[in-house]
Amino acid sequence: MTSRNRSRMQSAALSLLIAGVLLAIWQFVTLPKPVKLPPGVSAEYAELMGQGKATKQGFPTPAQVTHTFVRELRNPFYDHGPNDKGIGLQLGYSLARVAGGFALAVIVALPLGFVIGMFQVLHRAFDPFIQILKPISPLAWMPIALYTLKDANVSAVFVIFICSVWPMLINTAFGVAGVRREWLNVAQTLEVKPMRKAFQVILPAAAPTILTGMRISMGIAWLVIVAAEMLVGGTGIGYYVWNEWNNLALPSMLFAISLIGLVGMLLDLSFARLQRAVTYAE
Amino acid sequence: MNPNDDPFDPYVRLSGCSCGRHASQAVHDAESSARPIDTGNVEQVTRRTLEGAVMRAMFPNDGQRRRFLRAVGSGAALAAISQVVPFGMLEALAAEPAGPLEKTNLKIGYLPITCASPLLIAQQNGYFHDAGLQVELLKTPGWALVRDKTINRDFDAAQMLAPMPVSMSLGAGSNAAPTVAALMDNVNGSAITLAMRHKDRRDPAQWKGFRLAIPFDYSIHNFLLREYLAKHGLDPDRDVQLRVMAPPDMLANLAGGNLDGFIVAEPFNQRAVYEGIGFIHMLSVDMWRGHPCCTIAMESDFAKKQPNTYAALVRAMLRSAAYLNVAANRDAIVDTLTQQKFLNQPKIVVKQVLTGTYADGLGQVRSEPQRIGFQPFPWPSMAVWILAEMKRWNYIKGDVDYKQIAERVFRATDARAAMQKAGMHPPAEDMQDYEILGRKFDPKRPDAYIRAVSAKA
Repeated sequence: MTSRNRSRMQSAALSLLIAGVLLAIWQFVTLPKPVKLPPGVSAEYAELMGQGKATKQGFPTPAQVTHTFVRELRNPFYDHGPNDKGIGLQLGYSLARVAGGFALAVIVALPLGFVIGMFQVLHRAFDPFIQILKPISPLAWMPIALYTLKDANVSAVFVIFICSVWPMLINTAFGVAGVRREWLNVAQTLEVKPMRKAFQVILPAAAPTILTGMRISMGIAWLVIVAAEMLVGGTGIGYYVWNEWNNLALPSMLFAISLIGLVGMLLDLSFARLQRAVTYAE
Repeated sequence: MNPNDDPFDPYVRLSGCSCGRHASQAVHDAESSARPIDTGNVEQVTRRTLEGAVMRAMFPNDGQRRRFLRAVGSGAALAAISQVVPFGMLEALAAEPAGPLEKTNLKIGYLPITCASPLLIAQQNGYFHDAGLQVELLKTPGWALVRDKTINRDFDAAQMLAPMPVSMSLGAGSNAAPTVAALMDNVNGSAITLAMRHKDRRDPAQWKGFRLAIPFDYSIHNFLLREYLAKHGLDPDRDVQLRVMAPPDMLANLAGGNLDGFIVAEPFNQRAVYEGIGFIHMLSVDMWRGHPCCTIAMESDFAKKQPNTYAALVRAMLRSAAYLNVAANRDAIVDTLTQQKFLNQPKIVVKQVLTGTYADGLGQVRSEPQRIGFQPFPWPSMAVWILAEMKRWNYIKGDVDYKQIAERVFRATDARAAMQKAGMHPPAEDMQDYEILGRKFDPKRPDAYIRAVSAKA
């Protein structure tokens, strides 16, 4: 027992050491170097070049990134008009768009997937369309959406919808088609009404597969929203990244990227939790 | 003429003594004022006076006007003439007070470059608010998006590169959407920046094979760069690669060695110097002193259907231009512009753009007080040059009615009236000659210019 504890402690200490060494290397490699000025320039020139205070091009140091984290997280919900909002609000906008597009996808994909899964004929009929539409990059839809829907916000939601609908649709159909014959036969023998059969036999049986589809969809949706917001601007975490890129502010971008990763992980974890809740042992 | 008379009525006389029926103006005045002027309806009086003035200008001979109206009917005549002369806008600008605004909540798009200064200042200093407008300024990641959002009516108005209202009106590069430029945002305010490794290759003749970035196809930058290259014997379509790119991407690509240079609006040239990745080869002011850069533009329907709102917007923008042109305001302007919600740039960089005292990236401090200017008058002759360039580089084909398009898109008449009312001194004419890259441009003979610049040296 004590030896296992000790080995755990050792692992933890080693992890910390590795992190420390990595941070030190990062800090050392990225130490700000002032821009080399041509020899013999005037003091005025040096001042215009921001000598003495500015940190120049190159990857930011861990200290700078930490500073950005502290600054942004200290006041995450400020609102200085349409072009300057706190990171919390920006994340909120992105999540709201994802939620909107995702909900629409659920509304379309679940019933359609159900029907396709239950009838082999329909499955074959829909399959070519699904196969053609599925591999299209969601961002390729963006200009078309902008042009036809004529609203940037709606277009972003549409792009989320179109990218999250396919995994859900395919998985739902797959799950529904894979429900064990015996269970359906039992339901038939007991003369269960179709609606009841759908909700009390097929849905629980297919739920784990359906949730897998949703989990994949959510992952894709979160990837896509950042890119979509960088394209259309306005609000959201993607817009934040673009705005900071416009100022070449890499620390802020790193901050946003970490946050995107964190939120993505949380979304994925919550779906994993849901998935576990509906999983059954046969 | 009695101010209540309709100049589109063939049975009303406009000219002469001024009317032609009387021996002298005095007799005429005595008689016509015998008909009481209905001053209760101020709007009608203003409209009639304006319409009368325009009709007199178009038909110096009153008989001709009356024959014309009898022949085509007054409704058709009004419609036809309204195509050329925006009565609605003229009225809105002449009326005092302007009357209720048709729309008070406006969404205006802009790009985070110094050209947007008049919009940003108008917001910060409350000029929009004073004009009765609630404006939401929306930072936008690219010109194509500005165009699409304006066509989609996501934006009521937007900052646009000077060629954009022209190309949009003609349907070059997008669906045709009649667009007008109400005012210039700024003149000059751009530069050619080259990567540090080219500091000894200052002669464009040595630029064969260069990869150069431009902000947009329909940009003054594209046209100026093309003329500049052509002047030095390079074919911009064959000898160099021109790539459309967003300004921060230009900087990153320049630093990465992926680009040899770019031409773009400030502050990104100065930013490249500040970051130590490039030097300023040439300011755009040295290519064409006072060249158009960005405009404040909108769909022409906006201007037609909401004349009072249009006038209020123009008023606010003119106040901004006046404020921006006062050197004493510079520090406050820099503070406003560099905020995170506006340009989001270091102060020292924007300051060098506005004062024109700047580090060139090669160790020299240079001074060009006209590096960026905020002259608001939208010269139609500028639009003629833009059209000529679009034709020269095959963005449009066939015969071009330069003057007609230029005057329809660049709203010089409205701008002049608004500037006069604001106590500014607008030019009396619509066309002027320019010297562009050492060559004279006569807006009356754009085709001759194209022939001259296209001729092999």
